[in-house]
Amino acid sequence: MTYRAIIHNGLWKQNSGLVQLLGMCPLLAMSNSFVNAAGLGLATVFVMALSNWAVSVLRSLIPYEIRIPVFILVIAALVTVVDLAMNAWLHDLYNVLGIFIPLIVTNCIVLARVEAYAAKNPPIASALDGAMMGLGLTLVLVVLGGIREFIGTGALFGGIEMIIPGATAVQILPADYPGFLTVILPPGAFFVLGCLIAVRNWLDARAARRALAGTQPPAPLQIATA
Amino acid sequence: MNLDQFREKLGYHSLVLGVIALAASASLALTDNSTHGAIKAAEKRDLQQSLAQVLPSGFADNDLLKDQVTVKDADGNAVVVYLPRLGATSKGAVFEVSGRGYAGEIKILMGVDPAGRIVGVRVLKHQETPGLGDKIEAAKARWIYDFDGKSLGQPAPEKWAVKKDGGQFDQFAGATITPRGVVKAVKGGLEFFAAHKDEIFAAPPAVAGKEP
Repeated sequence: MTYRAIIHNGLWKQNSGLVQLLGMCPLLAMSNSFVNAAGLGLATVFVMALSNWAVSVLRSLIPYEIRIPVFILVIAALVTVVDLAMNAWLHDLYNVLGIFIPLIVTNCIVLARVEAYAAKNPPIASALDGAMMGLGLTLVLVVLGGIREFIGTGALFGGIEMIIPGATAVQILPADYPGFLTVILPPGAFFVLGCLIAVRNWLDARAARRALAGTQPPAPLQIATA
Repeated sequence: MNLDQFREKLGYHSLVLGVIALAASASLALTDNSTHGAIKAAEKRDLQQSLAQVLPSGFADNDLLKDQVTVKDADGNAVVVYLPRLGATSKGAVFEVSGRGYAGEIKILMGVDPAGRIVGVRVLKHQETPGLGDKIEAAKARWIYDFDGKSLGQPAPEKWAVKKDGGQFDQFAGATITPRGVVKAVKGGLEFFAAHKDEIFAAPPAVAGKEP
């Protein structure tokens, strides 16, 4: 698998938020604003890249029978490091994300990539795979968070000062916009995520149709894998 | 015995697991060591900020983080009481109470003057519905300032409730349980202060430079 293919796989083809639908708990809970989503997403990218890399380095040493405890140990240690580091240096954001940082351990996308990819592939490709899978999740989180925050409150980047000191939120709709509470509450996450999945499937179907129309004569094999 | 044979042994499995556990522990110890100070400082800053919200500026001139006493409440839970002082005069007490809201615990910090009148109340942490119950935050609405100057006798005990329950505090449209929980918790805080007043003010002022 080329690096290009890994990037495409993580960001689009096997996107963990829209295709694999793994790691829904933090995805739905923390996507109520752009900043929360970005914070949790970037922490996940960091954990996934490092855990994939570490497992890949160790892969020839780890016996098959005890691989799961070893993977969990590596992931849990990395998440705790991120947890402590955020508590120390991004304390305000940490107060908001709270329990969702330790919960990265239980995010099945992390273990899934370690098991499915890093355990069989060289370190650099594995780290890239982890980073791209995490980034794919982050993109979905950020889009979801941005849409929910915009529809729900009429503003964007609320709480940005927690990441970039001095920056302020952007009020896009008039200040007397009454807000749309449902979108901020947990059900809103499902509604918006459903729409995002639909859009993604539509884009994929359209691309497949175009590829089909461009092939003369249509090759059966390509139809099957499109 | 060559390496391939050794890899099949149970001992190898234990060894691998043990070494990796050791490496993981080492990395955790290292991180804990290098973040410990920063986390302590951040938590101290958090506390200072909330204390400063409850007390008006110039209300006290001592270091509240050092001037504190731990008092057992009626249920036997330890409550940390911060003791604001201006010079040598005791200006009251600041402590945390908690109430039950619509979606779990609401943590509240309240300041009381020596006569038992409320100086300030702020909600530290809650999970109430955004847009409905979160009007208990000072940043979202003025409601929490209604408590300023109130005491156990003013209003009368039966008026310490939301209007819907015959009391004098406003509830919010669409959220009654949240303000009800806050009113109840604040009243409980005043009762706690009244019951333990002597104990609280018996604490000597902190000696400068000495940790509590």
